[in-house]
Amino acid sequence: MSSSPLGTPSRKAPVLAINGLTVEYPLADGTRLTAAADVDLEIAAGEIHALVGESGAGKTTVGNALMGLLQAPGKIAAGSIAIDGRVIDTRTGRIEGIVPGRDIGAIFQDPMTSLNPLFTVESQLCETMRHHLRLGRDEARDRALSLLRAVGIPEPERRLKAYPHQLSGGQRQRVVIASALTCDPRLIVADEPTTALDVSVQAQILKLIRGLADDRGVGVLLVTHNMGVVAEIADRVTIMLRGRVVETGPVAKVLRSPEHPYARTLIGAVPRLDVKTRRLPVPSEEGPQTAKAREAVRRQLAASGSIGTTADEILSVSKLCVEYGGHGLLPGLSGKPFRAVDEVSFTVRKGEIFGLVGESGCGKTTVANTIAGLVRPSAGEVRLAGNRIGATRPAPLRRAMQMVFQDPYSALNPRLKVAKALAEPIAFYRLAANRAEATEDAALLLEAVGLERQAGERYPHAFSGGQRQRIAIARALAPRPSFLLCDEPTSSLDVSVQAQILNLLKDISEITGLSILFISHDLAVVRQMCNRVAVMKGGRIVELADAETLFAAPRHAYTRELLSLVPSLEKL
Amino acid sequence: MSAVTARNLPRRRARLALPVSVMVALVVVAIMLFAAFAAPLIAPTDPTDVGKFDLMSSELPPAFMPDGDPRYLLGTDNQGRDLFSAILYGARISILIGGGAVLVAATLGVTLGLMAGFFGGFVDALIMRIGDVILSLPTILLALLVSGLARAISPEAATAQWAPIILIGAIAINEWVQYARTVRAATMVEASKDYVRAARVIGYSPIRIMLRHILPNVMSPVMVIATINLAAAMLTEATLSFLGVGMPPTYPSLGTLIRIGNEFVFSGIWWIATFPALVLVVLVLAVNIVGDWLRDRFNPKLTRR
Repeated sequence: MSSSPLGTPSRKAPVLAINGLTVEYPLADGTRLTAAADVDLEIAAGEIHALVGESGAGKTTVGNALMGLLQAPGKIAAGSIAIDGRVIDTRTGRIEGIVPGRDIGAIFQDPMTSLNPLFTVESQLCETMRHHLRLGRDEARDRALSLLRAVGIPEPERRLKAYPHQLSGGQRQRVVIASALTCDPRLIVADEPTTALDVSVQAQILKLIRGLADDRGVGVLLVTHNMGVVAEIADRVTIMLRGRVVETGPVAKVLRSPEHPYARTLIGAVPRLDVKTRRLPVPSEEGPQTAKAREAVRRQLAASGSIGTTADEILSVSKLCVEYGGHGLLPGLSGKPFRAVDEVSFTVRKGEIFGLVGESGCGKTTVANTIAGLVRPSAGEVRLAGNRIGATRPAPLRRAMQMVFQDPYSALNPRLKVAKALAEPIAFYRLAANRAEATEDAALLLEAVGLERQAGERYPHAFSGGQRQRIAIARALAPRPSFLLCDEPTSSLDVSVQAQILNLLKDISEITGLSILFISHDLAVVRQMCNRVAVMKGGRIVELADAETLFAAPRHAYTRELLSLVPSLEKL
Repeated sequence: MSAVTARNLPRRRARLALPVSVMVALVVVAIMLFAAFAAPLIAPTDPTDVGKFDLMSSELPPAFMPDGDPRYLLGTDNQGRDLFSAILYGARISILIGGGAVLVAATLGVTLGLMAGFFGGFVDALIMRIGDVILSLPTILLALLVSGLARAISPEAATAQWAPIILIGAIAINEWVQYARTVRAATMVEASKDYVRAARVIGYSPIRIMLRHILPNVMSPVMVIATINLAAAMLTEATLSFLGVGMPPTYPSLGTLIRIGNEFVFSGIWWIATFPALVLVVLVLAVNIVGDWLRDRFNPKLTRR
């Protein structure tokens, strides 16, 4: 961890002092929803203060309140905010007298959407300066150039004329940071600044933010859910739960020996990169019925009949290539085809969890889509239990392979009740004798994934993200598959929910002997889940080994680089 | 979880309570539908019976005016027809043709839009290019063409029996494109969502995925277009009747009545156009309100509010 003026008595007023901040949203029925209650927070110059918590904890609400971005009818109900010693008037429920952009710089999560796609980098940066600082055109341009240099963008003169889509994700986030710095704010609010980025880019951006704090003495409020990021760059950390601060203190102390029970659970649920634990230590969401239901599901899966050979390998992919583009309406009109997957070969053994990791754009999702039959391969073959499968395949082979998707919010049909969504595939493949039996099987599946059977009576929107992912897993099990594809099944979930879902997948695999292809960008998750791991880069597999071997002694340079870049708790 | 169920109950009850505007609109729609379809029972005279026309009593003002005739509640038109009866019969024809055209256009458009959005590629290009060609022709021109062709093929087409069917076809052939475009766009969005991909991985047939999974999720905009198009279809029918290829003059629709009255408005005979127009406006407005409410009512996401 980098050094900071923390601990030394602060030279002057802190750049941000929040006292008893309470944010409320009046609801239609007259009650009030308290999104943040009695939050105290102080940030010294040059300090990075991390605000962590799971979704709904109120961390973003605090950030938004600071930037005047609270959505009506939300308002600051109580508390005081002082920026750089200046007390902000909050009596109207908003922040009065401070100008976001001039007094507070903002870095948002998604660099794709936080820049206006129709403006060049120059106009995005200069607009703020000319507006707030009343600079002339040339002055603004010079300043923009020096800012781009400061955030480490190569060839800043050329980039000034670039539009956001011409920049990579990391460069875009650098431009966002540069625009946050235009008016030399004393405080920057960074809301999940690296969540949408790959680990290698994330590492650079984190270094840049740390540099801003150290060199320019900017105070940073870092809103994040990623404990690894906190451990990597923050000086102090505040943990929030349901709108309240449960623990606050120096990072090293809070992350090593958290006092509050919730803080302990939260930190314990973070998957570790250095050791494999059998189960992640989170309270299981199992009812008394779960074990019985799982046994029933195991019997059903076993009885659903094997497909093809009884060989050791359930899935074998050999020399798989997928190309996009290249076949337009007229020859010559379309460009060269883009090879997303390039001669990928691997096998998944029965009962094993096989991991496929890589950064975004490495082709891992394309591999999954091709195996699932959603994308047509341009060369190579996929065999499921010895049978060759393409984009069209006979029903028994379709049934034998099911998939769990990344986003639990779009993975369920919003107009189908859960019980119906689960019973539909059972009836479709005639796995039950009649409707009543199919409904009973659906209820069993719900119990097996740790939900109540009554949950089937509701529509998907009544469930949280974690619950929806459980339902999605239940639906994938409904056709009684022998092979499960999981494409980033936990990357849009909170840490503790992620831990529960990972435990669930592990349990199901152990109990039923189901083989799983587990695709993820998160090395720590893969370490916890998988028996064997393949690392992908640029459409190719660069390393394939047993998980233990790969993590203990990575052979390929890229694997080593990835492992060294992951921000993790162990680096404290 | 049981707590959630318990909390949902009062909400569900609250959902069943109609907003006042919807209640009024429903009552209006119901009264108009009843009045239109029970026209022969309610109407004091039969406006389709040419033999009973009395040119002597033409252009009489409504009964409440100083020189009104108490026999004619809303006055008479230029041929001495009782306007009240004509409106009742006219509403019947307008609702029939407007509703029919919307139904046919929506069915055709939704089906083709679903196919275009789901299959993409050649199917998509073919359907949408046909739609573009049709949209490039003015509605009236196309409708004239269809009606004219129908009449050339069979003289029966101009009769009161066949004219509504020809009109429905002539209007629907133009309007399905709107539905197809909207549904195609919505289908493309839905088809890329994970639940549709999951349905494909499970192995459902394309027809099942389209009908059971995508269709319910793309219907909201269709409802809105349908309620707006209902009014548009009634107006198109009025135009066609005015041009002489619609309903025969002996069976006037609301639109025909408005057209007739339009000529007399500036000579102080305001009632011939005003009353049918009022009925049309109230009917269209009520249908729009009911349509909006139906759309929200069938969206499970909005029921939690």
